Order: sequence, then C-alpha cells, then structure tokens
Amino acid sequence: MAITDTSPMSHPAETQTLSAAARLAVARRQQLQDKFFHALTLGFSLMVLVALMGILISLVVNAWPAFQKFGVGFIWRVEWDIINQEFGAAIAIFGTVASAFIALLIAVPLSFGIAVFLTETCPVALRRPLGTAIELLAAVPSIIYGMFGLFVFAPLFAEYGQPALQSTLGQMPIFSSLFGGAMNGIGILAAGIILAFMILPFIAAVMRDVFEIVPPVLRESAYGIGCTTWEVVRNIVLPYTQKGVIGGVMLGLGRALGETMAVTFVIGNSQRLGSSLFSPGTSIASTLANEFGEADDFHLSTLFALGFLLFVITFVVLSLAKWMTVRSEKSKGAKT
Amino acid sequence: MDVNLYRRRRLTNQVGLTLSMIAMALGLFVLLWILFVLFKNGLQSIDWAMFTQSTPAPGSEGGGLANAIVGSLMMVGFTALVSTPIGILAGVYLAEYGDQSKTASVTRFMTDIMLSAPSIVLGLFVYAIWVAQAKHFSGWAGSMALSLIAIPVVVRTTENMLRLVPGSLREAAFALGAPRWKVATMITLRAAQTGVITGLLLALARISGETAPLLFTALNNQFFSLDMNAPMANLPVVIFQFAMSPYDNWVRLAWGGALLITLTVLFLNILARVFFRDKVQS
Amino acid sequence: MPNTPAVAEKTAIEVRNLHFFYGTFKGLKDINLNIAEHKVTAFIGPSGCGKSTLLRTINRMYSLYPGQRAEGQIKLYGEDILDPGQDLNLLRARVGMVFQKPTPFPMSIYDNIAFGVRLYENLNRSDMDDRVEWALSKAAIWNEVKDKLGQSGLSLSGGQQQRLCIARGIAVKPSVLLLDEPTSALDPISTGKVEELISTLKNDYTVVIVTHNMQQAARVSDYTAYMYLGELIEFGRTEAIFMKPNRQETEDYITGRFG
Repeated sequence: MAITDTSPMSHPAETQTLSAAARLAVARRQQLQDKFFHALTLGFSLMVLVALMGILISLVVNAWPAFQKFGVGFIWRVEWDIINQEFGAAIAIFGTVASAFIALLIAVPLSFGIAVFLTETCPVALRRPLGTAIELLAAVPSIIYGMFGLFVFAPLFAEYGQPALQSTLGQMPIFSSLFGGAMNGIGILAAGIILAFMILPFIAAVMRDVFEIVPPVLRESAYGIGCTTWEVVRNIVLPYTQKGVIGGVMLGLGRALGETMAVTFVIGNSQRLGSSLFSPGTSIASTLANEFGEADDFHLSTLFALGFLLFVITFVVLSLAKWMTVRSEKSKGAKT
Repeated sequence: MDVNLYRRRRLTNQVGLTLSMIAMALGLFVLLWILFVLFKNGLQSIDWAMFTQSTPAPGSEGGGLANAIVGSLMMVGFTALVSTPIGILAGVYLAEYGDQSKTASVTRFMTDIMLSAPSIVLGLFVYAIWVAQAKHFSGWAGSMALSLIAIPVVVRTTENMLRLVPGSLREAAFALGAPRWKVATMITLRAAQTGVITGLLLALARISGETAPLLFTALNNQFFSLDMNAPMANLPVVIFQFAMSPYDNWVRLAWGGALLITLTVLFLNILARVFFRDKVQS
Repeated sequence: MPNTPAVAEKTAIEVRNLHFFYGTFKGLKDINLNIAEHKVTAFIGPSGCGKSTLLRTINRMYSLYPGQRAEGQIKLYGEDILDPGQDLNLLRARVGMVFQKPTPFPMSIYDNIAFGVRLYENLNRSDMDDRVEWALSKAAIWNEVKDKLGQSGLSLSGGQQQRLCIARGIAVKPSVLLLDEPTSALDPISTGKVEELISTLKNDYTVVIVTHNMQQAARVSDYTAYMYLGELIEFGRTEAIFMKPNRQETEDYITGRFG
C-alpha cells in the first residue's frame, strides 16, 4: 500500500521538525511494527485454541488402546479389576455425577440465599466485607477442603450426621437403601457435601454479580407498587437474570465435576458401585489421582480414557454454561 | 384491602429473607470453621524447622517443608514469568483487535472453557506430551501445567480491564498519529495497568493451591533440589501424600503446609483487592 | 448552495460530494464545502445532524470502526485523504483533534505533551523541554502547571485537562485542529478561557469546531456551517449566517424555533 503525505504549511520554526521524507520513513516503520504486533498478539491468543486441540488429541491417542479393547461400552461397564485388566468407566462416572449432583442440590439454594442477602437485605456498610468474605472462601484451594473434610467433617458426620439421616429419612421405604450401610463419615454423600462447601462461594459470587446488574429502576418500580422484597426478587430480579443464574449454576457444575482434591479425601476410593449414599465410591478425578502412580501401560490408557470422558463431559457442561451467559448478556445489549 | 392476603405475603417475605440470612450465616460459619481448624492444627507445625529442613522419610521423626516451599516458589515463579507476557498480549489481542474478527470470539469462548476445565486433565495432557516423551518428571512440566491454568485467567482479566478503558482515550492517541501498537501498550494497557496487575495476582493465587496437575508432572521429591529438570518437591503434593498417611509427623506437616498455602492465597487475594481499590480511588 | 469564501483567502480543506455511511444508514448526504486556512469554521446543528460525523472524516477517525465508511473527496492542501493509499497515522499527525471529554493520558503532564512529539520527531532533552513549554504556553496553561510537570495529567481540574489536551494537540505542529464540542463538559469560566484560546490559535492553525452552543459559534468562528439530518443546509461567514441567513431552516434553528 503506497504511503502518501499531505504537504505541511509553513510554521513558525521554533524547533526543527522532521522533513517529509523522514516522516514517511517513520510511517513505514510504524506499519511494520503494527503488523508484527498484530501477529504476536494473535499468535499468543491462538495458543489457547492450540492447547485445547492438543489436549483432545493427546487424550484420544493415549486412551485408544482402552477404547479399542472395550469399545464404546466402556462408558457403562461396571467393572474395575486391575489384576485381570478388566475396566469400565461406569463406577467412576457414577461417583463423579452423583457427588456433583448432591453438591448442586445443597449449594444452589444456599448460594441463592446468600446472593439475595447480599443484594437486598444486607446493611450497606456490611455488603463489601461480607461479599469479600464469600470471595475469599471461593479462593481457598480445594485441598484444604479435602483435609477439612477428612479430619473434621468426616468424624462429625459419622457420629451425628449419618445416624440422624439413617434414623429419619432412612426409615422411609423409598430412601432406606440410600441411607443404609456402615457409617464411617465418608462416601458419596460426604463427598457431595464437601464439594457443596467448595462450590457454594463460587456460585454465590456469580449470582450476586448477576443480581447487581439489574437496573435499580426496575427494582424501584416494583417497590413503588408495594411489592415486598421477596416478591421483587422472585418476580423481577430472577426473571431478569435467569439466563445468567443458570449459566452460573452450570459453571459451578462444571467445576464440581472436575474437582479432584475436595473429593478424593472423603469419597472412599473404592472401585465398587454401592447402593447407599454412605458407601464409598470413586470419581473420575479421584481414580486418576490415586491410581496414576502405579499404573502400567494398559492401565494407564484406561486412565486416559477416563480423563477423556471427564474432559468431554465438562466441556459440554461449560459450553452450555457459556452459551447461556452469552445469551443473557446479548439480550441486555452487552458485547460478547 | 384483603388483610389475609397481605399477611400471607408479608409472612412469605419474612420467611424468605430469614432463610437467606441463615444461608449467609452458614456460609460465614463454614469460612470461619475452616480457618479455625487450619490455624488450630497448622499453627503448631509452624516453627523454624519447617522452613529449614526437608521433608522427612517415611517413619523418620521431625523434618520440615523447606524443599516443598522452595519447589513451589520456583514453579510458581517460573509460571508467572511465562504466563504474564502470553496472557497479557493475548488479552490485548482480544480487546484491541477482537471486535473485527471471528477468531477472537471463538478464542474468547475457548479461553473461558479452559478457565473452568478440570485441572487434572491438564496434568494428564502435559504428562502425555512432555513427561512421557522425556521419560521423567520435572519442574518444567509442572510449570507448564500451571501455566495452562494461569494463562486463561490472565487473558480474561486483561481483556476485561482493557475494555473498561474509554474509547475516547484510544481515539485521542490515534488522533496524534500514534501507531496501533503504541496506543495499545503505552496508552490503553497503561490506563488499565492496575486491573491487569490484579488479574496477575489472582492467577498466582489460583495456581498456588493446585495439586492435581502437579501429580502427573512435577510429582514430588523427598530431597532438597533446585533442579527444575527433575521431579520437584511442592507443597500441594506433599500435603496430599502426607495427609492420608499413618505417620503423625507427616500429618502434622500436612496441616502446616495447608496453613501456609491458605495464608499465601488469602494474602494474594487481599493484596489484589486493596491494590485495586486504592489505585482506582486515587 | 454553499457560499465560497472571498478569493484572497486560501482553502485548506475542500470537501466534495461527501457521503458517509454507518453500515447501511446514511449519516452524511452529499456535503460540499471549503474550509479556509487560518480561520475558525464552526459546524452547528441539532443533535444527530452529522456535524461530529463530518468533523471525524477530516482526520479519518471513523476508519477505526469497521462498519463506517465514506465516499467522495476530501482534499487537504490538494491531497485527497480519502484515497485508500493515504497513511492514516501521517494524516493524523497533520490534523489534530480535541475531544468533548478531556482525555489526559495516564502519564505525567510533561509526558502527555511529549508522547505525540516523540512519535515523529527526535528531539533531545532541552529541545523537548522547549517544545513542551511552548505548547503549554500556547494553550494558556503554562503558568498553572510549570511547577508540576511531573505530576499525572489526571491530577488537573476538568478545564485544565482540556487545555492540556489542546496543548497536546498543538505540540505536534499540525496544520489543522479539529475541536469536537471542546467546552461542553466544562464550567463557564473554563469555557471562557478555552474560547479565548481558540481565537489566538487561528493565527497559526486552521481550526474547525463542532458546537451545539450557537452563541459559542457566533462568538468564536469566522465561518459557520449549519447542518440538519446529514445535509449541509447553509454555509457562509458567521455574521451573515446569524444576522441574515438565506434559508428558512437556518433561520428557524438560529432563532430557536426548534432544536
């Protein structure tokens, strides 16, 4: 592209300015610099895409021997026998999904309550410190939750929580098998509860952020016709932020599915499909963490197969979450 | 006015708001409980030995976490060195060129996915392409895994902070004839620098506590070593191994390490917040 | 029909058959006018009439945004700046712009001025000091900031920031200065100072100013262009436009019948 310059007017010459030719040289150099900068920044931002592709490919390649032996049925095969080299993903998938599901069941209503409190009832002076407290809770590494779960929560759960559940819900015909069996404070339910502690602050923070975006004008018009706070939340805030809330919840789900440390400490690490929520189990992440160290070649490829499945599951959940938040932001006119 | 209807509505309101207050109290309670437990169990381990002695062999007495602390510092430090330029420049791309390109929206989407992707899978990936090829674990591999976690965080916060800079500031720089790269770095990035640094601090806080990816990459090292090309001791994996063990001193050290990590993470978070708030208000 | 300036004055900018599009929406319709050198020309008109759009074609600021484009000719001293081969950075070094909201860069007052100069010139320290002092003096702010050149540009008041931005624009010695509602965010006293400044600037620069304040246009400009809904309704010497406009639409706007 040719570069042209417009001829300058004569100026009172306080100091020398560059001649037209020199300015052209500067301009040409700047164009090269801009091209280089564009390429550099573009390259770095593409690294993320490259990494994702690489992850997918390397997982598939390394998992291939396992899928070759067991086929697609690997996914729902209930079997994990290291000695006889018979593997199936169902036990781990069940543990992953069940603990995440329990975690959401507990965390979502609580997060909702916290978000409502922070945006509606909390005295203004306390809003920032309490909000910060929740965000700090979200920053605590998962291994801390795991240790807390194993050393503090599990004994208490075994002594008080589990017996309480067994003697109440466990007496009802539908739930009796769910709350039966040995009560040693660990298991699928325990893992779900610790997981709930972990994702609670995260979902609460997302919900609070989403609630805060509601234009004050909308709230005020509802209060203006005599709505109670609860009604404003139910009828104005929630519908307005619906997609953002769902997106936040699914984000929490994505995190819960992939969590390793918070779960490994309390899930029991047993490759057996128990019928009770008190029985020990395993999640995909825990299996990987526990068995990786001693795995031989084929065993390793089954672990990669598990990793691949986990990656696909979380990828789908996170994509849905992102899609929902994008839809929510687009409808409010924000740039995506 | 239907008094009964109004009374019912008020009751619903009070119940709802009380429940939400209880939820908040529960959340606070959990935070305080965890911190209390951490301090109670961890404080007794914090002594001079913890910082000067390396991790003890199974069954032996005493010991410390010196090698793990140093190893974590080195890996986190190297990760920061790598993630900062890559993350910031990628964020600059998304903010400054992003509106004109389809690639940018796809990249943004994928970066967000990476933000919440299971870190253990990232560890598997680095194992497959690096550790398996090199036939040994290493601190470099550990750093790479941590970078995969940190970079998306830096990219997103950088982009968000850059977008907050008003367009008129950019236009004013362009109006002087500045080339695009100077506008992006010397003007826009500079205007957003407080937020960008905050993002870096938060990314560091996030990777300080990550265990799973290190299991397959840096693994662990019982001895003191500064060699990044070999298995590297680090706090999270040490805690993982020690916590579930039958040895008393191991468990004690695990709590000490847990307290250390938590204090670091909380400190970084609070620093980021204070820094951001102060600079923004001035 | 646009009025052309008297023969003795030189034309700095010729706009010929200019059409402007925001996507499919036509923001400017067939604009033709000549802007005289070393004079102040004002663009006035109600909101949405296209005056800012027209101003921003002169330094091709719109080229930053993909959906916006211009057709026609704009000749700056004979060179068509709408030509695709035109280097935009060089153009903007020749045509300066000051914005409605003061936009000091996040750096010291000294660096704010020096930034633009350093883009195209290689001055040593003492020459740069001279240039900074010269620009700040020309912008009538030197005395207020000479003792705090190292302080951030953001530490100044609104009116001072705007004069800083003007100084920044002058420092690179452009031929033309574009002012986009430069006083609308300022208090009356600062506005007065800036208006005085504009009157002195025209000795060395061609000034084009967009303003929604008619009285300001009457105070400050030599020529005025009245625009409405993307069209140039009337253009001529300011006294003529305000005392005896040719078009009824102009008179309606001037006398405040709408707007």
